[in-house]
Amino acid sequence: MARLHFASRLRHVAPPGTTHVSASTLREALDGVFAHHAALRSYVVDEQARLRKHVTIFVDGRRIDATELDIVIGADADIYVMQALSGG
Amino acid sequence: MTDFYAATRKGLFGLAFDRSHALCVTSTHFLGEPVTQVMCDPRDGAIYAALRLGHFGPKLHRSDDGGKSFAEIAAPAFPKSEDEKAPGVDTLWALAAGGKDAPGRLYCGTIPAGFFVSDDRGASWRHLAALDRVPGREKWFGGGYDHPGIHSLVVDQKDSAHVLIGVSCGGVWETHDVGQSWALRTNGLFASYMPPEQADDGATQDPHAIAACAAEPGHLWMQHHNGMFHSGDGAKTWRHLKDVPVSDFGFLVLAHPRDPKTAWFVPAVSDEKRYAVDGALCVTKTVDGAQHFSVKRAGLPQAHAYDLFYRHGGAVDATGTRLVIGSTTGGIFSSADGGETWRELPARLPPVYAMAYGGGR
Repeated sequence: MARLHFASRLRHVAPPGTTHVSASTLREALDGVFAHHAALRSYVVDEQARLRKHVTIFVDGRRIDATELDIVIGADADIYVMQALSGG
Repeated sequence: MTDFYAATRKGLFGLAFDRSHALCVTSTHFLGEPVTQVMCDPRDGAIYAALRLGHFGPKLHRSDDGGKSFAEIAAPAFPKSEDEKAPGVDTLWALAAGGKDAPGRLYCGTIPAGFFVSDDRGASWRHLAALDRVPGREKWFGGGYDHPGIHSLVVDQKDSAHVLIGVSCGGVWETHDVGQSWALRTNGLFASYMPPEQADDGATQDPHAIAACAAEPGHLWMQHHNGMFHSGDGAKTWRHLKDVPVSDFGFLVLAHPRDPKTAWFVPAVSDEKRYAVDGALCVTKTVDGAQHFSVKRAGLPQAHAYDLFYRHGGAVDATGTRLVIGSTTGGIFSSADGGETWRELPARLPPVYAMAYGGGR
């Protein structure tokens, strides 16, 4: 299962610690978390399901582009959802 | 007790007058977070704070205990669309409460321009798409921001379905049916920043801010990109105010809540400069329906003050006696005598986006 880690700033809306989700794409993994943490969704993506401009996601150590939410991920992918250095 | 709130680049601040009529900071909220708007609903005492988190988007919070605590509620959002260019709300720019005829009714204006309504105190919001189809909508453009936005919401307190809105840059529009249909209300305005043959085009007017007299809402005051205007007929016609002192450029205008002939403006150097004229702060005030303006400088810095006051950067109490204005350099100035004399808050606040009357609760 993919492992998702969320920035500490999101702790009030995100699952505590690492959460595990079964998903084949990055978007499925995120939606899997949003299904149980609905308030988290609007912090990560906008109402058009686009990654927010100043949110950064790493998949297995690679920073993904905002257009890559539908990329295929490995069964045990390591996903970090973080705040960009821009946007503060 | 809080008399006013200041929404700033780095948090929300409660302010209150002490017994000597000096303003004090009495509370802090959301420290470090951009707060783009604050609104206190006189019907139930609720306080609404709109955040624009640098990383995580626009959020809306409400306090039901007089500001002791805030809880996140739903934020207005555009409907999901398959169009990859579909808008997403960037900024919650204007908030207004309905009247007693519509309990729970709130309105919100956003950047990009979206008109939203809630009938459950912000638990849910509807986007009123009819405004996106008005004539000339394709001509709207951003003024100071990347997209056009709705900054002014004047709600008829006796008929909450009746709302006048100001759009920068997209004119002035009026609805009588909660945003199902709209009429342009720009008669008398002009735009010098457009080619001459388009100066009268209503859909490209840039009303920086519109303020109504609460007791007589047909009396409206406007600070426009190209001058100051008054309407005595509910925005059917606008009268250009000429020969005003200091400058007729600025953003902030405050209407007296009871006296339709009294209003305050804060002039600035036009328009590509945008700072206080001669580095000296002043407020201009009329008490006779704009026949004459007097310049109020007592208590305001008169040397090397370059403060700019945004369109929401001031508020007046329910009697027209106490006023506050807050600047982009964090200066907060208060008056306890209807704007005749002013005192500077001895604090350095973050840049001020908006101020609201807190009701003294």
